[in-house]
Amino acid sequence: MKNILRYSFFDLIRSRWTIIYGGFYLILTFALIWLSGDLLKVITSLMNITLMLVPLIALLFSSMYYYHSRDFVELLLAQPLKRTHIFIGQYWGIAISLSVSLIVGLGLPFLIFGVLGTSVLYHFFTLIGVNLMLTFIFVGLGFAGALRYENRIKGFGLGILIWLFFAVIYDGIVLLGLVVFRDYPLDHFALGASIFNPIDLSRILILLKLDISALMGYTGAVFQKFLGSTTGIIIAIAVLMLWVVFPIGRIRFLALRKDF
Amino acid sequence: MKAYLFTIILIINFSQSQAANWQVCAECSCSQLSEAIEAASPGDTLTVDSGLYQEGRIIIGKSLVLRGNNYPRIDGKGESEVITITADHVSLVGFQIQNVGHSYLEDRAGIRVQKAKHFIIQNNRLINTFFGIYLEHAQYGLISHNFIEGQAIEEMSSGNAIHLWYSKHVEITDNEISGHRDGIYFEFVDNSQVRRNKSHHNLRYGLHFMFSNDDEYHQNIFRENGAGVAVMFSKKIRLTENQFIENWGRAAYGLLLKEIYDADIIDNHFEHNTLGIHVEGCSRILYKANTFLYNGWAMRVAGGCSKNEIKGNNFIDNTFDLSMNSQVGDNYFDGNYWSDYASYDLDRDGIGDVPHNPVKLFSYVVNQSPEAIMLLRSTFVDLLNFSEKVSPVFSPPGLEDQQPHIKPFSQNFKTYADDSASQDF
Repeated sequence: MKNILRYSFFDLIRSRWTIIYGGFYLILTFALIWLSGDLLKVITSLMNITLMLVPLIALLFSSMYYYHSRDFVELLLAQPLKRTHIFIGQYWGIAISLSVSLIVGLGLPFLIFGVLGTSVLYHFFTLIGVNLMLTFIFVGLGFAGALRYENRIKGFGLGILIWLFFAVIYDGIVLLGLVVFRDYPLDHFALGASIFNPIDLSRILILLKLDISALMGYTGAVFQKFLGSTTGIIIAIAVLMLWVVFPIGRIRFLALRKDF
Repeated sequence: MKAYLFTIILIINFSQSQAANWQVCAECSCSQLSEAIEAASPGDTLTVDSGLYQEGRIIIGKSLVLRGNNYPRIDGKGESEVITITADHVSLVGFQIQNVGHSYLEDRAGIRVQKAKHFIIQNNRLINTFFGIYLEHAQYGLISHNFIEGQAIEEMSSGNAIHLWYSKHVEITDNEISGHRDGIYFEFVDNSQVRRNKSHHNLRYGLHFMFSNDDEYHQNIFRENGAGVAVMFSKKIRLTENQFIENWGRAAYGLLLKEIYDADIIDNHFEHNTLGIHVEGCSRILYKANTFLYNGWAMRVAGGCSKNEIKGNNFIDNTFDLSMNSQVGDNYFDGNYWSDYASYDLDRDGIGDVPHNPVKLFSYVVNQSPEAIMLLRSTFVDLLNFSEKVSPVFSPPGLEDQQPHIKPFSQNFKTYADDSASQDF
């Protein structure tokens, strides 16, 4: 598995798309810091962008890589290698290479502009950590989707659908629920609903650290109390981990049963 | 007649020449302030040299002028009130009054004015006084250029810096106030003026008044107070050119208006407050030429408001410009500048051709079900606001600015948050 991982990783890290991906964040972050100069504001703007882009790119990129490397996979399958090792290895390869682009793209400008030792450091780590989590989650989902469908159109379609669901539709359903049942106390429902969507959870984790959290009033206080406690943060991380583990399990399941 | 006038002038001159000057210092014949007050007769002047005076409670029951040289320290040793003024025509200038010590039983004060008229309290420093300056049934006074600094930790065990109760015609100008429960507190105070004060870092409100009519507040700065400024149950007030800055927190307001009638709120600056103005049950208020910059909510209008006019204000980069949880009624929005307004002006008259609806759909939804705020900044909410903006379906009818300005009003809306001049208290 290590060799597959290493191969995929070095294959990808040298690929044009990873460099463009990392370069995009690099330019974006540099530009934002130059324009505003306030690191905290930059983190807020970056949050809006990355929470949309990171899952989308992770989903599309992983499906794309799977379809692209299909011939190579077939070659590998002919070798005395475990199937799970091949696919899980590839999964880690994609996830880690995207993570490296992300860390370099977002991290380098902040380091150059001296984030170390400022009070923003904590927010910065939250931003990076949350986006790494999202990368691992959505690479897995995308890869599993591609493994499921031989047809590229279907694979990409599923990827976009997953993104649409988590980024937009899920929030719509939650909002509908909140409005329809507004006569009931809903703060715990709101808390539960947001914890099970990794994008929502990530956004709230960042927002609660920013001063905008004061706008969130009582609901925000409920969130703050929950996510401020050790149990709360453990549950939040556990849920995010679950979202990483689930697609990997799915990849394993599909890899073992798929008829190539 | 002439002779009569002459006699009067003569008498006045004579009585003035009688006014004695008393010196108080450690080596003087009068080494204690209370001794000197005892010995002096009405109209005299007491000059107090610098030093430490610990005399418990000092009562000024005569019309005297007290002057401190180089801020003599009058110390309550954390046990008692310091100065109580009970006579008319008293001036107290240039003292440092310190260490009153808090009490749960009585409202101890650094300087208390009791049923007196025509007093002047000027250029004093009040350090760590429980209540700073406390006026009860006082009239025609001037409180100016005082520096009042407290060390309040919790609301329950702290007092107000300038506290007025049943007073009239008092002028409060150029004071600097911090670290108390409320900066300036008015209850049943009429016809008074509050000008150019700086009230900051107080636990609760920078300014708090109730049942106080015909008062004016100009050019004050209220900054980083626990809950901002609260104004309730009053009539005919004027607030102009004040700054409400960085009152940020879950329960903080720039300005909270409750049951206010016939007020003018003009030319004020609201920056970086969780809530710029919260209005509840207020009628006939004119909001004009105010600037709302980077607030969470610029204005939140709760129920029971009518005949409010919101004209010619700047609403710039607030998370929500306006939130209303009731019908628009006869409240009136006209000719404001909204930075969210994204339409066109074909005839180039400076006024947008399409009316602007300042209530975003999301802020409407949050009003209906507050928990929805957890979706703040999510993609879905952005889409929702955008679609509502393009084709309004849910927006309450009538709530429109018919003449939105294309450009912000020419008054300077520079940001005060980083302004060293206003930060340099």
